[in-house]
Amino acid sequence: MSKPLTIKTMEQLAAEGKAPEVLFWVGCAGSFDARAQKITIAFSKILNEAEVDFAILGTEESCTGDPARRAGNEFVFQMTALQNIEIMNMYKVKKIVTACPHCFNTIKNEYPDLGGNYDVVHHTQFIQELINDGKIKMKEGGEFKGKKITYHDSCYLGRVNGIYEAPRKVLENLDSQLVELKRSRSNGLCCGAGGAQMFKEDEPGDKRINTERVDEVIASGASVVAANCPFCITMLQDGIKAADKQDEIMVYDLAELIVNNNGL
Amino acid sequence: MIQSIVFLIVLGIASIIAGKKFMAIRRNILLGKDEPDVEDAGQRWKNVFLIAFGQKKMFKRWIPALLHGFVYVAFLFTQIELIEIIIDGVFNQHRFFRPFLGGFYTFLISLIEILSLLAFIATLAFLARRNLLKIPRFQKSEMNGWPKLDGNIILYLEIVLVICVFMMNGADEVLYNNGLTHANGVGSGETGSFNFAITSSLGPMLFGGMSEGALVIVERVGWWGHILVVLAFLNYLPISKHLHIMLAFPNVYYAKLASRGQMQNMPAIMNEVKSMMDPDAAFADDGGDDEELPDFGSKDVFDLGWKDILGAYSCTECGRCTSVCPANLTGKKLSPRKIMMDIRDRAEEVGQHLDAGKVDFIAQDKRDAQKTLTAENYDDGKSLFDYISKEELHACTTCNACVEACPIMINPLEPILKLRRYEILTESAGPTEWLPMFTSIENSGAVWAVPDARDKWTQLIDNNKES
Repeated sequence: MSKPLTIKTMEQLAAEGKAPEVLFWVGCAGSFDARAQKITIAFSKILNEAEVDFAILGTEESCTGDPARRAGNEFVFQMTALQNIEIMNMYKVKKIVTACPHCFNTIKNEYPDLGGNYDVVHHTQFIQELINDGKIKMKEGGEFKGKKITYHDSCYLGRVNGIYEAPRKVLENLDSQLVELKRSRSNGLCCGAGGAQMFKEDEPGDKRINTERVDEVIASGASVVAANCPFCITMLQDGIKAADKQDEIMVYDLAELIVNNNGL
Repeated sequence: MIQSIVFLIVLGIASIIAGKKFMAIRRNILLGKDEPDVEDAGQRWKNVFLIAFGQKKMFKRWIPALLHGFVYVAFLFTQIELIEIIIDGVFNQHRFFRPFLGGFYTFLISLIEILSLLAFIATLAFLARRNLLKIPRFQKSEMNGWPKLDGNIILYLEIVLVICVFMMNGADEVLYNNGLTHANGVGSGETGSFNFAITSSLGPMLFGGMSEGALVIVERVGWWGHILVVLAFLNYLPISKHLHIMLAFPNVYYAKLASRGQMQNMPAIMNEVKSMMDPDAAFADDGGDDEELPDFGSKDVFDLGWKDILGAYSCTECGRCTSVCPANLTGKKLSPRKIMMDIRDRAEEVGQHLDAGKVDFIAQDKRDAQKTLTAENYDDGKSLFDYISKEELHACTTCNACVEACPIMINPLEPILKLRRYEILTESAGPTEWLPMFTSIENSGAVWAVPDARDKWTQLIDNNKES
């Protein structure tokens, strides 16, 4: 039923004299990480299903610079950020959607100072709008019906940008039983990856942060944990594996839940 | 008359000494760099009203919020009584406001009494929480020694203060019952009751049957005790965490309004990179190649913004930040509270050296030309890195939980990131595992060095099969 999915780049469209309504910013994880690639494809399917006019930058996209900046390396951040802005401004990009809350945050909040002004939304917000507008129709009695699902607020979507409701509204459409983690919304606990921690070993301590978070996931009794960030997903999966619960608790991005529910 | 003179002298000396200490704190705060313009006064006043004055963020935790609220509201209303005490002291009056306010005076003092009783109970609860229940956030290592004692001293003073209020009003009540009070608006020998909510019964219960002389002494001890504790407090604040009762307000006013996700831009680096990217700029630059770039990031209090130091002085070491910090929760060394305490300690150290004017602390290369120690030529061979270890800085996930947790909008994340910037940009140091990430972003535009093209994932789409 779903239409064949082909991904166009901004460059290809520009060659045809076209510009899409939305740029899908894929990000490093979404482009290269095997787990996150599935999320990228899932979200592309949703965009395709809803007939959204979108394109990617493809090889013209670079890291937004978030981990470099938060590690303290402003030079590397400025280099990659200014390059991205130059390219996006060349294509006169207006609206951007991304499945990574770090990319979302950096482009939305930090690029304006560098000369990049765009309307940036996170894919969970975008999906919620598509559902609201009836462009994505949720199949009833999908595979998550009645299942206990919990939601992990990523720091950069939640506490940093105050987006708590849109992802939860999306989850409500799954006909499942939504349970909250002990620390949620503005009190949500970090997965341990932010601030460039993803790219280094932990400092000495008693416990890994993802283990602390996964303990809460286990305590919630949920069989599915929904997240909105490729780095959180890696961390949660690692933690669940460390607790030997990988057969009982699945970690999904919200986009994947929609795709699985609707059989896209 | 003598009492008025003594009162004026005590008040004057206490105020002058305190004033000097507060000026030193102001100087220490301004050791920090200028901050960007403070815009949006409307939003800032709104924050002061809701968050500082209204304690909105305290109510994330109900029990401490309520207990703290009692002490806070009692403190606010007691200021009215304090003004009266000062007027009475200077002009040799007794209950100066009473004839002007009439029934409202009875209401006001009754309210203060009820609040004082609630504050008394709250203070006992606080002492128990710190010393008996040992709430974890009060037991972290940075609380050992002075910070722990400091927390208790304030509570003891608070108890003394409340006792003084009840002594003063209670004894005066009995004096009034016996026709002996000198309160304004009471005729000589007139008997009656002030009808204050608590002391109208508590006074006779405690002090009934005492002689006039003894009652006057109890009343005066209460009165003088009250003002002396307040003046002692005023002089204690500058060395105490309790300074938050004053600085919480400016700290909330000046708090960052920009998105939490926005790190301060570094225009010097941005422009440098822009000129590197601009093919024409290489030629436009006429031989300025050897101009040295300044130090980036923060090494010492001088390189922080003054708002960071204001935050450090505003911190009351409650530890809400540390108790939600994912690094600290999992046993890492980082504690956001300690970062703020370290900044204050370092600012104090620099301030004390500046006050002493030791020429030994003039930077080596400036010693010949300059003879007086100033913030500009200061160099004691130490920095914030003598207080804060790299291990602490490296443990931060920038999750903003500390920022969210602070009831008075202190931002421990800003100085952490400024110190990281110094380590990476100026010292070219930092965790070695970060180097491949930096290099990879620089060379291939991705956080990982991957041989594949960035759009290779598009080839993984299988249109014939369900995923």
